Amino acid sequence: MHDSILTYARSRYLWIASALSAASLIAYNLYDPGGPPNGGTWLGYTLGTIGALLIVWLMLFGMRKRRYGSHTGTLRGWLSAHIYLGTSLILIVLLHAGFQFGWNIHTFAFVLMLFVIFSGFFGVYVYLRYPNLMTRNRESATRDAMLDEVAEIDQNALALADGIDPKIHAIVLRSIQNTRLGGGVWTQLRAHDGSDIALDSLHAAMAERDKRADMKTTEMPTMFAMVDFLAGRATDKQGEAMRALIDLISRKKGLATKVARDIQYQAMMEIWLYIHVPLSFALLAALIAHIVSSFFYW
Amino acid sequence: MAERFKIAIVGSGPGGLSAAARAAERGESHVLLEAEPHLSNTIFRYQKGKFVMDEPGILPLRAPVPFKAGSREAILDGWDEAAKRLKINVRHKHEVSAIKQASGGGFELKCGNGQTITADFVVMGIGLQGNIRKLGCPGEDLPCVQYQLDDPDEYSGETIVVVGAGDAAIENAVALARQNNVVIVNRKDEFARAKKGNEQAILKAIEDGRIECYYNSAPERVDALSVGRKKGRMILNTANGKAQILIDRVIARLGATAPRAFVEGCGVTFPSKDPAAVPAISAQYESNVKGLYIVGALGGYPLIKQAMNQGYEVIEYILGHKVEPADEPLLKARFAKMPGFRTVDEALARIQKNVRLLAAITPLQLREFMLDSDIRTPKPGETIFSRNDYTNTFFSIVEGEVQVVVDEAANKRIALRRGEFFGEMSLISGRRRSATVLAGANCVLIETPRRSMNRLIASVEAIKRAIDEVFILRVLQSRFAPEASADQLADVVAAARLERFKAGDVLFNEGEVGDCLHLVRVGSLTISRNIGGKDVVLSYVPAGNYVGEMALMGESRRSATARAAIASETVRLDGESFKKLVNRIPVLRLRLQSEYRQRTAANLAMQALPSGGDVISFLLAQGAGEATDILLIDESLCVRCDNCEKACAETHGGTSRLDREAGPTFASVHVPTSCRHCEHPHCMKDCPPDAIHRAPNGEVFIADNCIGCGNCERNCPYGVIHMAYKPPKKPGLIQWLLLGRGSGPGEAPYDSHEHAAGEIKKAVKCDMCKDLSGGPACVRSCPTGAAIRISPEEFPAYAQSRR
Ligand SMILES: Cc1cc2nc3c(=O)[nH]c(=O)nc-3n(C[C@H](O)[C@H](O)[C@H](O)COP(=O)(O)OP(=O)(O)OC[C@H]3O[C@@H](n4cnc5c(N)ncnc54)[C@H](O)[C@@H]3O)c2cc1C
Ligand code: HEM
Ligand code: HEM
Ligand code: SF4
Ligand code: SF4
Repeated sequence: MHDSILTYARSRYLWIASALSAASLIAYNLYDPGGPPNGGTWLGYTLGTIGALLIVWLMLFGMRKRRYGSHTGTLRGWLSAHIYLGTSLILIVLLHAGFQFGWNIHTFAFVLMLFVIFSGFFGVYVYLRYPNLMTRNRESATRDAMLDEVAEIDQNALALADGIDPKIHAIVLRSIQNTRLGGGVWTQLRAHDGSDIALDSLHAAMAERDKRADMKTTEMPTMFAMVDFLAGRATDKQGEAMRALIDLISRKKGLATKVARDIQYQAMMEIWLYIHVPLSFALLAALIAHIVSSFFYW
Repeated sequence: MAERFKIAIVGSGPGGLSAAARAAERGESHVLLEAEPHLSNTIFRYQKGKFVMDEPGILPLRAPVPFKAGSREAILDGWDEAAKRLKINVRHKHEVSAIKQASGGGFELKCGNGQTITADFVVMGIGLQGNIRKLGCPGEDLPCVQYQLDDPDEYSGETIVVVGAGDAAIENAVALARQNNVVIVNRKDEFARAKKGNEQAILKAIEDGRIECYYNSAPERVDALSVGRKKGRMILNTANGKAQILIDRVIARLGATAPRAFVEGCGVTFPSKDPAAVPAISAQYESNVKGLYIVGALGGYPLIKQAMNQGYEVIEYILGHKVEPADEPLLKARFAKMPGFRTVDEALARIQKNVRLLAAITPLQLREFMLDSDIRTPKPGETIFSRNDYTNTFFSIVEGEVQVVVDEAANKRIALRRGEFFGEMSLISGRRRSATVLAGANCVLIETPRRSMNRLIASVEAIKRAIDEVFILRVLQSRFAPEASADQLADVVAAARLERFKAGDVLFNEGEVGDCLHLVRVGSLTISRNIGGKDVVLSYVPAGNYVGEMALMGESRRSATARAAIASETVRLDGESFKKLVNRIPVLRLRLQSEYRQRTAANLAMQALPSGGDVISFLLAQGAGEATDILLIDESLCVRCDNCEKACAETHGGTSRLDREAGPTFASVHVPTSCRHCEHPHCMKDCPPDAIHRAPNGEVFIADNCIGCGNCERNCPYGVIHMAYKPPKKPGLIQWLLLGRGSGPGEAPYDSHEHAAGEIKKAVKCDMCKDLSGGPACVRSCPTGAAIRISPEEFPAYAQSRR
């Protein structure tokens, strides 16, 4: 019922890919081209053709993925085959080239192919590992629900801060404005949100307040301006409100971290495709160039 | 002295209005009594601008008032105009509270406003909506008190008290709370009556302080205020004394009182307690009370055009004229296929003569039954339905015979002849067909859809009894002893009883002495054992299977507890008579023993893996017990690519019918919001044009004749139906790539506001891609295999696969 892409259909495609690889190896060892093995031999052509067809077929995966009404098997089956047959390409192409490399378009295509394949490996790794991390991080809340709660906490925090002091209000407001979940690729991958700063300033303010409860300071940096106020005229009620506010913002930090991590995980599961897919197109172009050049200039 | 009229018409819905119009046109003395200050309250209360459909399209309209598909406003205007033009004698705000037969003949109608009216004939067309329950306290009719809410966004910055604890109250309160200060008043201390999602929403809103809730409270009074900023004041009786709230508006959503009690009070009898039952009426729409006629939805005709035609006809009948019913041409077309057909009346008579089951119903019921049904004349050997099909229609044999294939391998068949019926098993259990049925020679069948058949069963006790008896006999034969004759089974059948259980009810407990066996007929059971102080679910027993045989086969005590997973019905077979049967038929003992061994092995396997039972319990707690096919997502495989949703949208006109992220998760098993294709779909319950069907493979789908009333959206407890416009066509992949036409594959949906004029929002839901040869697109588009669809029978195996 539920099994992973690697074990799909009892790893049917692992066996197929292994058989293909074994057959190529045997052929390579049995066949004597009467010179150094390379792409220009009879076996070289055969293996090259197999490799090129495989690449074209691997690219068709992107097409199948978007043919939602297609009745050609399941996407899971396609992906399982994609992974195993894609991996077998390394061996097949190595044998095709007879392990000869140089600074030429042929080797360039080969290197591109390796990049595509290894990015594929990375993809499989994140596909197998990140879903669990994500589930655990979410604790069965949805991302929207978490975002809603963040927004709600923001509202409540603002209301609380409003009752304390305009400067605290300003700090909270700034913190809200600075909370940016998601954003550019880099921020997504870094999993950070901005509530630390506000929390730091609030904690500092709190500490200052406790320490200098009876000190009069006028030359304080603006960040601590409200401490004057609190130290001077604050009632206990305001102190309580401050504590409640800090609690709120801490909770928000917890949540926001979770959301940020959620976004990070999702980004990880998507970002590698931005290498895998464009490089596979580049590979296709290089491959065409390779084939054309081999025919014209060998 | 009470005013006297020849015909009093109660209720100005399409049925009543058209009757009054016909009476006025004919110049008869009449009065139309309507509770509300406007005509046709049911249609008046449709959402503003709603596009009203004129299904069934083939039925001609026959009424002096106009009606064709169009906006609610256009239709109501047309009716108001016609009422004026025809000089209909309408009395508004005359809610009839009692109808008695007057001593000097005729009827006496008492109205809520104190007036009394007498009439020779009464036509009742009060519909099924019932009377809206009002606040029941002084001030309930003030302008600031309303009983409906069209558009919550119309109000902002107000203080609004919402009274009620059902879905409507909660939905209104939550929607209003976005822009208003909302207080909800609940008579009880919980919101248990509401759907789960609504309950969660309101509790959350209360906890977050967005809505204030008064529990255990009831309104005492509403006063209008002329000074101050607020329009009124509401006094509440709460558990801690009185509370006063200054209000702008009170919205009471207290449901409606079903009209049945009132109708019964008038002397009209209903054939059964079943809420789906409709009073029996003659072909002239006359009830058991002479002179009292019933038309429209109350009589079982839930569409506007039908109600209007009946209104017209009923007046003609009262005046002693003969009219060919409007459905005559339709019936004629229906019967045309029937060999030897001459007239409709004769065909109807022939059916009643040949099919014993239908002998007891009234001519009107028979006409309606035939309108909904199809006549089928299959060629000999043709398959009528196949084993494991999911269809749920009911067949009566008018002529000829059919062959039921009881044992495919041995090609053992039994014949059913003229007058018998079949198909009742799937109708009752909501499960797959248990046998293939082939047509015999000269076969003429009536195929009746589930809804009509269920309504008939609910309305005619004799039919219910006849079908239940046959059901018990056949289920015994098919489940235990195909070789046994009806005589051999007679004892067991006579001692069998039907029993009902609510979800969670215990059929029997582990350790009890067993004296009976239960065959599940509707719903499903769980089998569990107490292991280490914890109830561990060992297996799931769907309809069509039995439990409790172990205790009869030697073990004297129940080895496990059987519980109803959902509301269920069983055939309880008495232990003694069953034992005798087993002794008489040796193969039965062998058969039971082999099944017994299999079950014990399966149970032991489950017991070795107690956490598997937790997964089953979790799924059943999500209502999966009534599913036939449920989408599950393994969150440890799901890469959140949303390809499943994209695939759904792409293959279904741009709206995804599944919400992947929503829904609960347990041990990485996630139950997304998506249709489960219930055994007895709640969505089918109240669909006026009967547009929701089950396809042979089990897919519950909505046909094109949906009128967009939204009943199914409300009735589905799992929130999987949406109302949506039909989207524009998408360009092909190549066109999109090369010409940049439209939106690309998997891209954001179309502009849902863009739609042709006159087009309406219709209900859309998952149809399990029944039109795609490959099967459900969601499952087939999941790159990692995280999305699967399984049926509850597979739960134990599934639970075991997930260690
Ligand atoms: C949301 C919704 C959408 C629908 N859309 C369509 C559609 O598009 N097309 C379609 O064909 N059908 C539609 N229907 C079904 C249709 O509305 C009903 O079938 C039809 O209204 C039934 O007509 P009726 O005359 O039997 O009763 P109703 O229309 O229900 O009229 C009953 C009238 O009787 C009055 N009344 C009740 N009790 C009393 C009393 N004791 N004394 C005096 N008066 C009383 C009521 O105030 C009301 O005016 C829809 C139904 C709903 C709920
Ligand atoms: C139709 C398919 C192919 C044909 C006809 C083909 C043809 C050839 C020929 C004729 C050579 C020998 C060229 C030389 O020795 O100068 C060669 C070498 C080579 N080919 Fe291919 N090839 C094909 C597919 C591929 C594929 C899919 C790859 C991998 C991406 C590939 C990578 C190489 C490499 C790395 C060499 C060795 C280059 C070198 O000697 O420096 N070829 N190919
Ligand atoms: C030269 C070889 C390969 C080519 C040309 C290739 C090409 C592609 C293409 C075109 C896609 C479609 C992505 C999209 O449209 O979203 C894809 C997806 C993918 N490929 Fe490859 N691929 C190759 C090898 C591999 C290998 C070796 C692996 C793994 C070991 C791999 C793993 C994947 C995975 C996991 C996906 C994502 C599936 C999804 O989420 O839809 N690929 N590849
Ligand atoms: S729409 Fe809802 S009620 Fe209808 S079958 Fe699906 S889940 Fe069941
Ligand atoms: S399918 Fe739903 S919306 Fe459409 S007519 Fe039936 S109940 Fe109403």
